[in-house]
Amino acid sequence: MAPVAKLRLDQVSMTFKTPAGTFRALAPVTLSITQGRFVSLIGPSGCGKSTIFNIAAGLLQPSGGRVFIDGAEATGTIGRVGYMLQKDLLLPWRKVLDNVVLGMEIQGLPLRRARERALPLLRRYGLAGFEYLYPNALSGGMRQRAALLRTLLFDTDVILLDEPFGALDAQTKLQMQEWLLALWADFNKTVVFVTHDVEEAIYLSDEVHVMASRPGRVIETIAVPIPRPRQRHVTLLPEFITIKERCLELLALDHNAAADEAA
Amino acid sequence: MTMQETSGIGAPLDLAPAQPAAAQPTATALPAKPARRLPVQKDWPLWVIVTVQIAILVSFIALWQVAADYGWIDGFFWSKPSAIYATLIKFFTEGDAWVDIGFTFRSTISGFLLGTTIGSLLGLSFWWSRNYAAIVQPYLICFESLPKLALAPLVILVFGMGLASKVAIATALTLVVSTLTTYAGVKALDPDGEKLFYSLGASRWQVFRKLVVPFCLPWVISVLRVNIGLALTGAIVGEFIASQHGLGRAILYAGETYDIALVWVAVLVLSTLAIVMYGAVSWLERILRKGIRQ
Ligand SMILES: Nc1ncnc2c1ncn2[C@@H]1O[C@H](COP(=O)(O)OP(=O)(O)OP(=O)(O)O)[C@@H](O)[C@H]1O
Ligand SMILES: [Mg+2]
Repeated sequence: MAPVAKLRLDQVSMTFKTPAGTFRALAPVTLSITQGRFVSLIGPSGCGKSTIFNIAAGLLQPSGGRVFIDGAEATGTIGRVGYMLQKDLLLPWRKVLDNVVLGMEIQGLPLRRARERALPLLRRYGLAGFEYLYPNALSGGMRQRAALLRTLLFDTDVILLDEPFGALDAQTKLQMQEWLLALWADFNKTVVFVTHDVEEAIYLSDEVHVMASRPGRVIETIAVPIPRPRQRHVTLLPEFITIKERCLELLALDHNAAADEAA
Repeated sequence: MTMQETSGIGAPLDLAPAQPAAAQPTATALPAKPARRLPVQKDWPLWVIVTVQIAILVSFIALWQVAADYGWIDGFFWSKPSAIYATLIKFFTEGDAWVDIGFTFRSTISGFLLGTTIGSLLGLSFWWSRNYAAIVQPYLICFESLPKLALAPLVILVFGMGLASKVAIATALTLVVSTLTTYAGVKALDPDGEKLFYSLGASRWQVFRKLVVPFCLPWVISVLRVNIGLALTGAIVGEFIASQHGLGRAILYAGETYDIALVWVAVLVLSTLAIVMYGAVSWLERILRKGIRQ
């Protein structure tokens, strides 16, 4: 078979204890992500996307199943993957540069060295002139760039991005997508990307995993065989539209199932 | 675009037309309103404000003097500005003004520093263990609701008549406030912030130093001004109960000997001391706030 997966979730399940009883957030989910790929997870709100990320990042102990990185078990170990949470979480008391070096600093790199490494990248990737500002002076797009660079500069092969562009306006979102693809090409990382935007998921990814809720599970994995680099107008190609229709169909299907269940 | 396609199936359909229909009639039915202007308040220049303030003060003092001189009020109980001024000069030239000021100042500042520091550290320490925080919490609340000043006589018995007992009372008053406020900061910490740090492989100590402490600093700073007032109150009460020195003792002594002018003098000096310390702490607070740029 294929070489060892970069990141592998093996039958990972999660049950939360709530005052109302136990809540099955994730039915056993198995995911295998190959080195260097760009993979998206889409699904309705509450289907457990962030839960999957928390488990993969070692921040949450799964109720069942295991996590493998490079074939070695990594269930419950932190600091193995870069994780950008749903909020940018920039520290308001640190300048942009010092926010970006946080990962390296925590790993024990002297602050001066970390800054030296980060500065050229900050400038190259669109944060020139913002290095010494505090985050509250930045626009939403710039904040996301800073948060993403912080994740990238934390030297891990895999990065998990939880709805990084969810709160941005359409125009900025398109720019950020191009920016992210450029970064991905330069850094040679394995990216797992969560979004609510089907078009965004397909445009960016090699592979889209569609999820359903109650309990959270992956219902279908769809490959995106559109060659890179992709131009913006690939969204108009028939194969793109076919994939999009399939995704929407799957999401709508789940919508109906949930409604039936509630009735 | 994509979201519209998916949401066409569900309930939103019947909601959509209802909203504009409801909004239309109210908009047209309203009667024409008279044009109303934004009320504008004109600011007087600063010198006018200051002049009026000084005028009020001067006339108050003058009125007091005249009233006492003409016997409208009892000059023995109320004293009068001229006598107060004479006593003030005497207090500083012949009396032990500086000894008293120094004593009150030292006990206040020591209590303030001790209480604020220990309190803040205690508040921060609750971050380390939820269990420990849960165990200590009720004691803390008890200690807060305790009328600490009522225990002052006991403190004097334990710590003696000297400086130590005043420092102890001032510390007790400030410590609880600092602890509870800092703990409020700890509780306001976003768990996702901690998640971010742990996802970067941080140790607990790193999270504490690089996230918890800087995050809680605004809370620590916000109590400084309250605490300096509390520390002064604690020191004065300590001096009231038993002391050889201090402005509190000077007030008590003057009152007991019916030296009303001296009571006013001591109160005046005490207020000045309070204002100076409050000003210094406000300045410190500004500097610190600028330092952390919250
Ligand atoms: N600590 C917890 N305790 C109880 N329930 C939880 C907990 N964390 C998450 N859940 C539940 O698990 C489900 C999945 O949550 P999760 O945050 O992973 O969803 P999501 O797919 O990321 O949603 P969104 O798109 O809105 O971010 C939700 O229904 C949520 O209420
Ligand atoms: Mg989520």
